[in-house]
Amino acid sequence: MGEPAISASGVGKRFLVHHKRATSLKERLLLHRRSEAEEFWALRDVDLQIAGGQTVGLIGPNGSGKSTLLKVLSGILAPSAGQVTVRGRIASLLELGAGFNGELTGRENVYLNAAILGLSRRETDRYFDDIVAFAELEPFIDNQVKHYSSGQYVRLGFAVAVHVSPDILLIDEVLAVGDESFQQKCLAKIDEFQQLGCTILFVTHSLDLVPRVCSRGVVLDHGRVLHDGDPVEAAERLRSLLGTAHDQSGGAAMAADRPRLADLRLFDPTTRSHKGHYRANELMAIDVEVAGPDGAAPVQVRLAVTGPADVPMWVMESDPLPLGPGGTATVCFTVKELPPLRGIFALAVAVRDPATKVTYDARRFGEAFVADGDPAQGVLEVAWTAEQVDR
Amino acid sequence: MVELQSAADARAAAQSRIRWELLAELVRKDLKVKYKNSALGFVWSLANPLLYLAVFTLVFTKILNNGIPAFPVLFMSGFLVWNFFNLATLSGTGSVVGNANLVRKVRFPRVVLPLSSVGFAGVHFVLQLGVLLALLLVFYRDAFGTQLVLLVPALAVAVVLSTAMALLASALNVRFRDVEHLLEVILLAWFWLTPIVYPATLVRDQVVARGTAWMFDLYMANPMAGVVTALQRALYNHPVAGGRDVLPAGGYGFYLTWLGVAGAVALALLAAGLWIFRRLQADFAEEL
Repeated sequence: MGEPAISASGVGKRFLVHHKRATSLKERLLLHRRSEAEEFWALRDVDLQIAGGQTVGLIGPNGSGKSTLLKVLSGILAPSAGQVTVRGRIASLLELGAGFNGELTGRENVYLNAAILGLSRRETDRYFDDIVAFAELEPFIDNQVKHYSSGQYVRLGFAVAVHVSPDILLIDEVLAVGDESFQQKCLAKIDEFQQLGCTILFVTHSLDLVPRVCSRGVVLDHGRVLHDGDPVEAAERLRSLLGTAHDQSGGAAMAADRPRLADLRLFDPTTRSHKGHYRANELMAIDVEVAGPDGAAPVQVRLAVTGPADVPMWVMESDPLPLGPGGTATVCFTVKELPPLRGIFALAVAVRDPATKVTYDARRFGEAFVADGDPAQGVLEVAWTAEQVDR
Repeated sequence: MVELQSAADARAAAQSRIRWELLAELVRKDLKVKYKNSALGFVWSLANPLLYLAVFTLVFTKILNNGIPAFPVLFMSGFLVWNFFNLATLSGTGSVVGNANLVRKVRFPRVVLPLSSVGFAGVHFVLQLGVLLALLLVFYRDAFGTQLVLLVPALAVAVVLSTAMALLASALNVRFRDVEHLLEVILLAWFWLTPIVYPATLVRDQVVARGTAWMFDLYMANPMAGVVTALQRALYNHPVAGGRDVLPAGGYGFYLTWLGVAGAVALALLAAGLWIFRRLQADFAEEL
């Protein structure tokens, strides 16, 4: 494909966090000393070559620099170090309908937005009907945008962005907004762009989406590229990272004189390696390690598997666990045959006093594991029939 | 494949280059937003200078009795171009801050924002000038002659100067939000220091009488003074009235000289404005 569509080499982005910064000339004159600023590198040494036609999923914990990277690549933020080159028209779905003016009609906004995205008036004329049809706004296109519902607003923004025939599409979690049918439409459009050879880079928190849609996964953590390659591995890598990251931060913050959660691992008992993806009837094993001060009384571990909206699917409780010589204890929860679940599930863990049930430490691991199947069909896979009867 | 890539490069360039169509679209947006909910629409932009004309004519010819023949013509020939400069500068000041949601979310050449403010002011000016010329055609035929050619260099300098001010102010206003308020005061002082409601000869005669003729040169070094006097020479055809000069000179040399000075100042400011804008624009998305 020749030169890559997106090429970033040694890219760094530094933000200055000002404590007392003059924001007006008046303050600038009154504040004699220069303001102190703390440096914060949101991105560090990022090398990324994306060939034309690739679909890349960009994942990472919150605050890892994903959105900053998209902004740097799309030319909204200037990199503090390194170089970015981009070949082709970029449409960034960072915020749908950014730049719409409420006073103008939908039609006027389409022309304005398209002009900003680099289209000529004649090109916009050509795409106009498609845009309106895609947004399903034919009867409202000459209304002022301020009277649109938020759904109509987002649909129009998306329609413009995807109809400007971009070479490169940057998507930042826009799939999280909108209703289900809109999300389906977005995914279908992404599919179409892939067929057309468009380069797509998107940020998502939905880890099961990455292997499904992407040919490559990039994991960012603290502004650095941690993994760049196979999307399945990328998602796994992030899952394990989220587990340990929780452990480190939580451990440091906890008071040392109380028993606390030290580690949680979902693993495959035969290989002892991390396992985050399950099918119905598979074996699930979860190790929970607890640490406490010397001489601490036995503790109980309570583990709740929660589904959408944090509804507990089932709850598991250990017997009282005496802490060993190192002040630690490990309990292994085993589910022999996993029920036929569908979707992404979280684990809520609590370490508590077995008698009084007072909680010493509790943590929630979001997106702890994925169970196969389409969650739109319900979280539980149930064998059922529907027959017409005469009664 | 090479062709495909160069087409992609062209599309990439279209997103970072200043395009007339984008500018036109932004100017159209500003005009629509401004006049959308007003019944009289664009008539307002004509009513404003007429109101000023009525008030200043009343004050200066009736109350202060300045004895200048056809004062409304003298006033309007300077006032309209001042209005253009003033509007371009002030709307340019808020152009980047006012489009924060665009600047933070979309890739496009930021410099089109202050430029579109100049375009916005320019559309008003062209319409107002059209109406003025139509009125002069009816009431003041003397205005039409070869001296009208002076309009070309004078307006060129006015456009460059306004662009420079819009660039400077828009970029600085992102960093220091009180630039807007400061400018309002500066522009008010600037207005009275420019020979719009009084003839430049009033200043010249007073400083000459005091023996400080050099101060008149200082006064004329104000680029807007050069622009305004040239426009007055182009439209106002009473250089001498009642035995005293209204305009500083009958020929063109004086005006062309000071237009040259104004042009040089405007170009220097434009260079400074572009430099500062380029330097600061990398941080716009963060500062907003």
